[in-house]
Amino acid sequence: MEPLIEIKDVKKLYVMGLEELYALKGVSLDINNNEYVAIMGPSGSGKSTLMNIIGCLDTPSSGEYKLNGKNVNEMEDDELAEIRNKEIGFVFQTFNLLPRINALSNVELPLIYSGKKKDERIELAESALINVGLEDRMNHKPNELSGGQRQRVAIARALVNNPSLILADEPTGNLDTKTGEEIMILFEDLWSKGNTIIIVTHEEEIAQNAHRIIKIRDGLIADDYLSEKGKLIAEKTKQQTISV
Amino acid sequence: MPISEIIKLSLNTLRTNKLRAILTLLGIIIGVFSIIAIMTLLNALQAGIETGLSELGSNTYQVQKFPAIQMGGPGSNAKYRNRPNITYDQAVRLKNIATLYKYMSLEDYVYEKTFKSEFDKTNPNHYLGGVIPEYLECNNRAIETGRFISQTDVNYARNVAVIGMDVVEKLFPNMNPIGKQIILDNHPFEVIGIFEPKGEAFGQSNDNFALIPITAMHKIYGKNERTINIAIQAPSKEEFDASVENIISVLRVIRKVPPGEENNFEIYSNESLIGTVNSFTQYFKYGAGFISFISLLAAGIGIMNIMLVSVTERTKEIGIRKAIGAKSKSILSQFLIEAIILCQIGGLIGIFLGIVTGNLIGLFLQTPIIIPYDWVVIGLVVCSSVGIIFGVYPAYKAAKLNPIDALRYE
Ligand SMILES: Nc1ncnc2c1ncn2[C@@H]1O[C@H](COP(=O)(O)OP(=O)(O)OP(=O)(O)O)[C@@H](O)[C@H]1O
Ligand SMILES: [Mg+2]
Repeated sequence: MEPLIEIKDVKKLYVMGLEELYALKGVSLDINNNEYVAIMGPSGSGKSTLMNIIGCLDTPSSGEYKLNGKNVNEMEDDELAEIRNKEIGFVFQTFNLLPRINALSNVELPLIYSGKKKDERIELAESALINVGLEDRMNHKPNELSGGQRQRVAIARALVNNPSLILADEPTGNLDTKTGEEIMILFEDLWSKGNTIIIVTHEEEIAQNAHRIIKIRDGLIADDYLSEKGKLIAEKTKQQTISV
Repeated sequence: MPISEIIKLSLNTLRTNKLRAILTLLGIIIGVFSIIAIMTLLNALQAGIETGLSELGSNTYQVQKFPAIQMGGPGSNAKYRNRPNITYDQAVRLKNIATLYKYMSLEDYVYEKTFKSEFDKTNPNHYLGGVIPEYLECNNRAIETGRFISQTDVNYARNVAVIGMDVVEKLFPNMNPIGKQIILDNHPFEVIGIFEPKGEAFGQSNDNFALIPITAMHKIYGKNERTINIAIQAPSKEEFDASVENIISVLRVIRKVPPGEENNFEIYSNESLIGTVNSFTQYFKYGAGFISFISLLAAGIGIMNIMLVSVTERTKEIGIRKAIGAKSKSILSQFLIEAIILCQIGGLIGIFLGIVTGNLIGLFLQTPIIIPYDWVVIGLVVCSSVGIIFGVYPAYKAAKLNPIDALRYE
């Protein structure tokens, strides 16, 4: 089976005046459909840069990125917009909510661009907010919400259009352990429904929820291994294939 | 994405960015307002002058020693002053010899006079005219009560007077003045008629005068040292030019102007006066247009400023919208519609206020109501272009960025 994400020798160069900085120095990576991946690494190692490229928000300076077998570099602007809208749910490290509209309207936004009717939009947005435990904060604007609540609005917005690929940059960074765990249960659930999930995290515990852990250091992949959970699942599938 | 959704989005952003929307609106309103108000007022003034002049009567023209409107430096006045007077005798000869006219009115005026009755006296801003019966036809005036000066009155130089409504109201309040005595410039006259009032134009009354037989005038002010105004009505529109030719040639003979020399009198008609006035206001219009354009430009820069200030915020917004799947086209239409709504609302308010203000001032000056359509269009186009260009151009640039670059824009 062809991998969902195929990254070959991707580099990302930032030029600031005379200074040149490679945030990614040649990353190659395959991720299959319905994988649950955690990306870890020190601050500034290039995790967000990689996520942005995977999420079609940014383009690599060189190298190749194929999503679903299609070369992203060659896609039209509108096609990319459509993929971001329907296929990918992105949770930003800095949330990126529209400041002047309330939580419900923020979550509704992706549905507007996918052409859903008003009634359906409200219904979907409300249930997405209920899912992240914000049923009593729907009419609050982002600046009337705590950091953790904003993060959950961002997660609700990423999930509202039912995307198959979920990219979350530190989705639990601002949450207490309990809400963090609730979000991880949400992701686990999404994974079991067949979605592909990639999260960036600093916390070993959170990373252990994923099945595969990729460690990045200085813009390069330093390590790529199965977590305890991943090993268990791999055992199981092996046994299943043997017994079949 | 359907257009109705885009319009809703635009309205939403306007509602959520009230201050920015109001400031932009204000810029557009002021720009359009100033240009429309000035132009409305100017057009109203011009129309007022035109209707004022057309009151003189159709197909009529005037012969005078001095021109109606003098342009040029102070020295140019001497040229007219050194001309010989148009005397009463010359005017009477003209009336007898010339053939191509319907009515000819001989008029002799003195200004800044005070009139009195046994009850009161007027301010010294009234004028007294010595005339003949044809005055009525040539000046488009009518009698309300009583009668006008007759040929017999002129022949016998009777001390009779026909007075304007201002004089009636001041000197004979709540009574019929006919048959009563009036003192005009210290001489007693009997009131025989009252003119239909004409009201004010440009704050000046048209009813502050009294007329007496021209011969009675001569008894007071003398006959030979005075210059006569002649008002003439041509037999028809077609014969207007011929009539003017006829009068000029006869008058040149009477006044002994050698051939080849220019006339030592002025001839002007309503039409030629309107032309002069128009060429005059034209310059004024260019000047006012230029000033308005500058204020429009200032408003434009204001609009531009507000639009550009919000670019950072808007670029971030565009980044977010693109990141969650907005196509560049939807974003641009949203910003375009936003700018159009702002500019049109602002423009319409500005036009409305401008026309109202211009006409209110005009009303005060007794001029007709006017809508300067050409400037309405110019004002709208300029403000809208500024608003749209500076509302949409930054959005266009932002929409072309990577979502991430737009999100990071500072
Ligand atoms: N727009 C940019 N211009 C210049 N340098 C950049 C830009 N974005 C990122 N970088 C640099 O690229 C490197 C990688 O940044 P990135 O945001 O991917 O790190 P990260 O691994 O997500 O870190 P963190 O865990 O702190 O979020 C950093 O050194 C950063 O300074
Ligand atoms: Mg990061």
